[in-house]
Amino acid sequence: MQAVAERAPPEPLGRVSTDWKGAIDCDVHPHVPDIAALTRHMDDYWRETVGVRGITGFESIAYPPRAPLTVRPDWRGDKAAGRERADTDPKRTAAALMDRHGFAHSILNCLYAVQLIRDEHMAAAFCRAVNDWVRAEWLDRDPRYRASIILPLQNPELSVDEIERCAPDKRFIQVMGLAAGEQPLGKSHFWPVWQAAERHNLAVGIHSGSSYYHATTGSGWPSYYLEDYAAQSLAFHTQLGSFIAEGVFVKFPKLKLVLIESGVTWIAPYLWRLSKFWRGVRLEVPWIDRSPVEFVRDHVRLTIQPFDAPNSGETVGRLMDQLQSDQMLLFASDFPHWQFDGDAMLPGGIDASLRKKILIDNPLATYPRLVSPH
Amino acid sequence: MPLDVPMGPAVSPANGKGAGAVPNRLAVIDGDIHPAVRSMSDLKPYLAKQWWDVYETYGARRKHGSSNGEPYPKAAPLACRRDAWPEDGRPGSSLSLMQTQHLDAYNIEAGILGPLGNTGQGEMNLELSVAMCSATNDWQRDTFTRPEKRLKGGLVVPYEDGPASAKEIERCGADPDFGQVFILTRSAEPLGNRRYWPIYEAAERYNLPIGFHVFGTSGHPVSGAGWPSYYIEEGAGHSTSCQTVVTSLVIEGVFERFPKLKVVMIEGGFAWAPALAFRLDKLFERMRGEVPHLKRRPSEYIRDHVYFTTQPMEEPDDRRHVLDVMEWIGWDKLLFASDYPHWDFDDPFRAFPAGVTPEQHRRICTENGKSVFRIN
Repeated sequence: MQAVAERAPPEPLGRVSTDWKGAIDCDVHPHVPDIAALTRHMDDYWRETVGVRGITGFESIAYPPRAPLTVRPDWRGDKAAGRERADTDPKRTAAALMDRHGFAHSILNCLYAVQLIRDEHMAAAFCRAVNDWVRAEWLDRDPRYRASIILPLQNPELSVDEIERCAPDKRFIQVMGLAAGEQPLGKSHFWPVWQAAERHNLAVGIHSGSSYYHATTGSGWPSYYLEDYAAQSLAFHTQLGSFIAEGVFVKFPKLKLVLIESGVTWIAPYLWRLSKFWRGVRLEVPWIDRSPVEFVRDHVRLTIQPFDAPNSGETVGRLMDQLQSDQMLLFASDFPHWQFDGDAMLPGGIDASLRKKILIDNPLATYPRLVSPH
Repeated sequence: MPLDVPMGPAVSPANGKGAGAVPNRLAVIDGDIHPAVRSMSDLKPYLAKQWWDVYETYGARRKHGSSNGEPYPKAAPLACRRDAWPEDGRPGSSLSLMQTQHLDAYNIEAGILGPLGNTGQGEMNLELSVAMCSATNDWQRDTFTRPEKRLKGGLVVPYEDGPASAKEIERCGADPDFGQVFILTRSAEPLGNRRYWPIYEAAERYNLPIGFHVFGTSGHPVSGAGWPSYYIEEGAGHSTSCQTVVTSLVIEGVFERFPKLKVVMIEGGFAWAPALAFRLDKLFERMRGEVPHLKRRPSEYIRDHVYFTTQPMEEPDDRRHVLDVMEWIGWDKLLFASDYPHWDFDDPFRAFPAGVTPEQHRRICTENGKSVFRIN
């Protein structure tokens, strides 16, 4: 692992790159401040349920609020100064990203942990509340915001209902679930959901995180949070294999799958293995008429933060070349997660034309609703 | 038996010596050969009547629920090469066929065994697991490593019971017929967990590396994302389970506690390792407060302690990509493995892409194996 030891200096802090104007930030996390913010968007039954049952909310161990990764130091709240975390405030979030750098849009992926809920009706109620909260408190406050429809994937029918309910609002440009749920998301169980997404020109986003229906790893539960976060990328291996092997992209040829906060550099080696294995055992999945690599080039995109690589332009360049495509990466800050310091949002070692694709062209090609909202 | 041996002269018949039999041809260390029983009654002489009766009555009980097969049926009978079936028994059960078809044909100087199947590993009845693992080791020694000195055994331990595993290592570990301790990657808990430390302590004491081979029945899907449908997903997922093992060993501090321990990741490929090391290093930088027992970056532990067998060799469209990965891992950390007699067998003279120099090839096929497996 010599390459890891290479320590070229990162981009200088505080430098705002000129080519960021018009960029589309594909992963920004608005934070639900408390349960009251959601009950305001619930009907009487669910509002009363929350009160009577003493439900205080759903926060995931995937992002412990005080863990270093969850919120960057300068975006944290400060009780003494009477300041909340920046990600609870659409204005401060916009100031840190779109105002500061001239981004055209920020795509909001709310990580409120509806996926933990075992009761599928309650999960759907919380999804409705989260999506309506995003609409009222974020989309309506700044016309540059776009958002993902958070789905109650505990139940595909309820997920389709939520898509139908939200899709008329063209500021929703993607549907979103987490990388680790009860079943791999390529299974036919979920196809009505992907069908609805395709019908409405919505991309399908899978974000790092877990419902914790299963242990985090194939060998059970790890001891440390560090391992839990590291293992999120493993769930993406499973999801990518599932979407390909089940034939989702054969069934839904217009579908775009966006892997959000997955780590990027894992994907090429996994595809080499999957493609070789496919050559050996393709009798099992005869509907797969092309190499997995080709499906990925046509249908799968990844957000660029975190980018798991050393600060070496040379190594980054070789890793970029592994992707064999300039269309796969989408710019993302992953705000407010602490993936980088200052403004070092993009790894070094990416030339100007590829930067432009990552910042602008690729997001536009991935999200049809960004281009033609009507 | 038609054989396709692409490089070097035709080999002489089995001579029981191997190395030096054919001048000017690389003497190969093969890190993954699978011996098999002809049938389970091969183990009967090595099991107390009590345990044979339990096995006969209740069968193997593992955490995938199937008593006579796999929830993901293979793409070939027993996942084996069609040409590796002896006249009786199953592939890997005939020493003479293994000698002529593999050891002699590829000039294998040393082959490291990894017994799979009903070896006792993953058996839910821990007492039965302990007894069967011992039986497997004794059978392996009598059937393969004593008659054929080129073969070194994989010391099978009932790894869900750490102290019992340590005892088995103490029982067999001094015997030079064993070249490694053999564990499967899909364990009940992540393998860096302290319940497994007695295994590492004993292995370190006997100068045995741990070979972590893919498969195993943990009862958990390979990631938190649930159970996939197909064998292709199960197979591709093995590299995922290897990442779980390496992550856990490093982050739990196993290499701090057992600084002489060497481990070999078997049959999961290797190309995933740099990306994992990059990821762990970044996370370590953010969260070292959570893991104060680690004195160095994760990539440094991996660099010093973890070896990778190359089969099944990753094959990107552009071979430079896999050469980059091999360079990042280090040419001293990659070990050739054939996976004989399985269908996805790698040939030591054909598996590697152009661009691997003869010197690098020699290190992967010969030198590195000597520095990690207990061969001499």
